[in-house]
Amino acid sequence: MNATVRPVPYVAIANAGKVYPSSHGAVTALSDINLDIRPGEFISIVGPSGCGKSTLMKCVAGLETITGGTISVAGQPLSGPPDGMGVVFQRDVLLDWRTILDNVLLQAEFMGRPRAQYRDRAMQLLDRFGLGGFEKRHPWELSGGMRQRASICRALLCDPDLLLMDEPFGALDAMTRDDLNVELSRIWQGTNKTVLFITHSISEAVFLADRVVMMSRSPGRIVDVIDIDLPRPRSLSIRETPAFGAYTQCIRHHFAELGILQE
Amino acid sequence: MTDWFRSLFTGESRTRDIALVLIGSLLLWEGCVWLFQPPAIILPAPSDIWQSFIATPGTFLRNMLYTLGTTALAFAISVALGVILAIGIVQSKFLERTVYTLLVAINSVPKVALAPLFVIWLGTGLEPKISVAVMLAIFPIVIDTVLGLRSVDPDMLNMARATRASKLDVLLKIRLPNALPSLFAGMKVAISFALVGAIVGEFVAGGKGLGFLVLTAQGQFDTTRVFVSLVLLGLMGTVLFYIVDIAERLALPWHVSQR
Repeated sequence: MNATVRPVPYVAIANAGKVYPSSHGAVTALSDINLDIRPGEFISIVGPSGCGKSTLMKCVAGLETITGGTISVAGQPLSGPPDGMGVVFQRDVLLDWRTILDNVLLQAEFMGRPRAQYRDRAMQLLDRFGLGGFEKRHPWELSGGMRQRASICRALLCDPDLLLMDEPFGALDAMTRDDLNVELSRIWQGTNKTVLFITHSISEAVFLADRVVMMSRSPGRIVDVIDIDLPRPRSLSIRETPAFGAYTQCIRHHFAELGILQE
Repeated sequence: MTDWFRSLFTGESRTRDIALVLIGSLLLWEGCVWLFQPPAIILPAPSDIWQSFIATPGTFLRNMLYTLGTTALAFAISVALGVILAIGIVQSKFLERTVYTLLVAINSVPKVALAPLFVIWLGTGLEPKISVAVMLAIFPIVIDTVLGLRSVDPDMLNMARATRASKLDVLLKIRLPNALPSLFAGMKVAISFALVGAIVGEFVAGGKGLGFLVLTAQGQFDTTRVFVSLVLLGLMGTVLFYIVDIAERLALPWHVSQR
């Protein structure tokens, strides 16, 4: 059927569903999710609160189990958190009693790898994320944006093939957020990492992604997947171009049709 | 000289404020006794209490050291045992259902009333005193540490799980440091409870210590000696509390309360 060879998906989600039992009966958090993510692809998932986008990410991370369908990562069906994965959470979850460097190295410690081998890489990462010179500081001495940068460094320390990000910039102010979007985009480009990025900001989703997955709620489901065909590297000014505006407008329009946004 | 005198009443200094209140109260006390001349058996003057202390300072200090030793040993045992129990309770559903439930039930018993039982079981040496003190001091340690071990940000645990961290790593690198502020809160209560337990132990098992001195002085209607013992107890309790407070500052420079 296909003229070209389809690449093997790095993350394959087939008919995945998640049903929670609750005192008011079963709640369907995710229903019939189908999504193939190619290796090295940047996927944004955008949707309103309660659409199950964070639940979907936790399922891919192996932190929650699906109640139907299958998820495989690197060809392996999931049973718990997969190898070679880094996760960034909405809050930075840095340990207050450790320095920034020790917080980044925690990833290696938890994965049972020798700290000494990762020290240089940790310093390089901190440098690349503008945290050079702050490695001896404690998280509470840093701003929210710097803390979230450190938590991205931690997720990247062991060079994961898959990076999952759950609204990582949701708690930051608009300017810091723009800044980190550019930085993330720039750093991702030189790698072949597969990224699953959860956000509730349409323009953030379009700016970062190769494809934007739109989700809706009750039950949580995928309503559309949109290819973002914008040139890379992308700078913030791309947001003023007609092409960018067309994408965000199309997504906004679609959400409006679903009754999620007002037009 | 006048500058120094004026500085006593202006500006901010905690030590100075405390000293002024203490000296003021002592002067008021001394003045009232001088004015109203109550019998010494009811209320001795601060100067009489001081006289009584320097008459036999060795006796007082020796007994104070004994009480201090009992308190310190009981406190150390309570912290060690309490933290181990708390870890067990948090790590095992079975221990939570059994040991923790039992501990909470025992905690509602007035434990001081159990002191005579320990004399029957363990005699009149150091053991019953330590036992009573541990029984009082261990509860705040266990209950606060359990609380601290449990109140970990769920995303922090998710972060650890995503890396497939071992249970031991999660305990040592996340749960225990996270519980330290609660443990210190428990320790501040426990140090006072250990002292109370030691005194109660000395009341019922006798022989040595400030509690024993209070009891014998009371038997002889020597109110002044009772007061000397009480003052020494008060000093000891205050110093012990501040030792824990300073230890907390040194151990938790990262905690919100210390920044």
